[in-house]
Amino acid sequence: MIEVRELRKGFGDVEVLKGLTTSFDKGKTNLIIGQSGSGKTVFIKSMLGLFRPDSGKILYDGICYSDLDFEEQRAIREKIGMVFQGSALFDSMTVEENIMFPLQMFTKMKKTEMRERANVVIDRVNLENANHKLPSEISGGMQKRVAIARAIVNNPRYLFCDEPNSGLDPHTATVIDNLIQEITKEFNITTIINTHDMNSVMEIGEKIVFLKEGNLAWEGDKTQIFRTDNEEVTNFVYSSNLFKMVRKAQNAQ
Amino acid sequence: MTYLHDIGKYFLMIKETFVKPTKGKVLRVLIFKEIDDLIIGSLGIVAFISFFVGGVVAIQTALNLTNPIIPKELIGFASRQSVILEFAPTFLSIIMAGKVGSFITSSIGTMRVTEQIDALEVMGINSLNYLVFPKIVAMCFYPFVIAIAMFLGILGAYIAAVYGGFTTADQFLTGLKDDFIPFHISYAFIKTFIFSFLLATIPSFHGFYMRGGALEVGKASTTSFVWTSVSIIVVNYFITQMLLS
Repeated sequence: MIEVRELRKGFGDVEVLKGLTTSFDKGKTNLIIGQSGSGKTVFIKSMLGLFRPDSGKILYDGICYSDLDFEEQRAIREKIGMVFQGSALFDSMTVEENIMFPLQMFTKMKKTEMRERANVVIDRVNLENANHKLPSEISGGMQKRVAIARAIVNNPRYLFCDEPNSGLDPHTATVIDNLIQEITKEFNITTIINTHDMNSVMEIGEKIVFLKEGNLAWEGDKTQIFRTDNEEVTNFVYSSNLFKMVRKAQNAQ
Repeated sequence: MTYLHDIGKYFLMIKETFVKPTKGKVLRVLIFKEIDDLIIGSLGIVAFISFFVGGVVAIQTALNLTNPIIPKELIGFASRQSVILEFAPTFLSIIMAGKVGSFITSSIGTMRVTEQIDALEVMGINSLNYLVFPKIVAMCFYPFVIAIAMFLGILGAYIAAVYGGFTTADQFLTGLKDDFIPFHISYAFIKTFIFSFLLATIPSFHGFYMRGGALEVGKASTTSFVWTSVSIIVVNYFITQMLLS
């Protein structure tokens, strides 16, 4: 479980996060949604320690991250898996080397053991015949799978995904969403996904946090989000013609 | 003020590079890879430039010796002094600021743009140690490149002078050995060693702290080349002043 208390972060005169307080449950796919510029990426990067918050606390299973020294923070980071928006695979490494990278850095496994473990997660994310290819030689959807495989290879306790299905076709995006949800359940991890894709919300939104201009505007789950009276949420959800039509059909019924 | 801020940031980066080290086994592989990319990969161009510039130095010297009182041995002497004191350590380092420096800036800058550096940091890896330290160690071999450049520069001068008909082999070799001060070699390698550190760290600084996209990677490479060259020239002036005057 990850708890966030009164988190504030600004850049210069601009305050991006304005005292966020929320929590993300273990074994659930927690979604952070909001319009572009609402502070989603800053929020996720602050939780990851890539940005130092101006104030507030982030607690990983009750342990306050900012109170820890470097080695203790590193110990927590070793338990974090991250899927970046652009996959962030290492260009000079093959798919297999990318996946084995966290094992090389943090375990004392032999190369054969690392390869075995890498192959287990490669099978888990359904990547076939790609072990020796470079990231530039595989498709965007496959790159996302490699990124997920790299994120879970070290058995993380927390999985962060920054817009994991951006740039993917709707079918592949759904496959990636479902894969993340399956992994969350299978390994019982705390998963936090940053997205503005309403399909993801409908597919896997077990807990949804809606951000508006750096404030927590609403939280709930995927069934509640379509029934809420919160105007900001409904404006966001029904901004696309598809969802407007769905709503019209629901009202007609 | 921006310059002062950047200089301070540069020294903090260097400090950070040497702490929280990466796992030894991984580091060893990275160092060998950097030696291959930065040192071995530069040998061809260094050899080519050194040989021909050495030749040009000899020809220029010969063509300017119009006074018959000046002995032809001067061609060997001038070639040696030019190549050892300035051409190999300084001129080649400026060329390397373009070749190696822009490679370092663009590779680290691309990693920044594509969030690969963020990926390292999320994993709890000291990204500066992982990315910059192996480059600093690899560049410790840079004086060997300069030694090869010195040899090939003088060889080029010999071939151009002797086979170009400007002097005889004996005259050239006599001039080459004339008034030789061994400390000049030490001076050349001392400054080469300092330049190698600048060549590894200044481009890394510009790549690591860049912001933006592909266009900014290009701009960072250009800025890095300018600042590395300026630093080499300024440091060269002060080292020369300290060690030779």
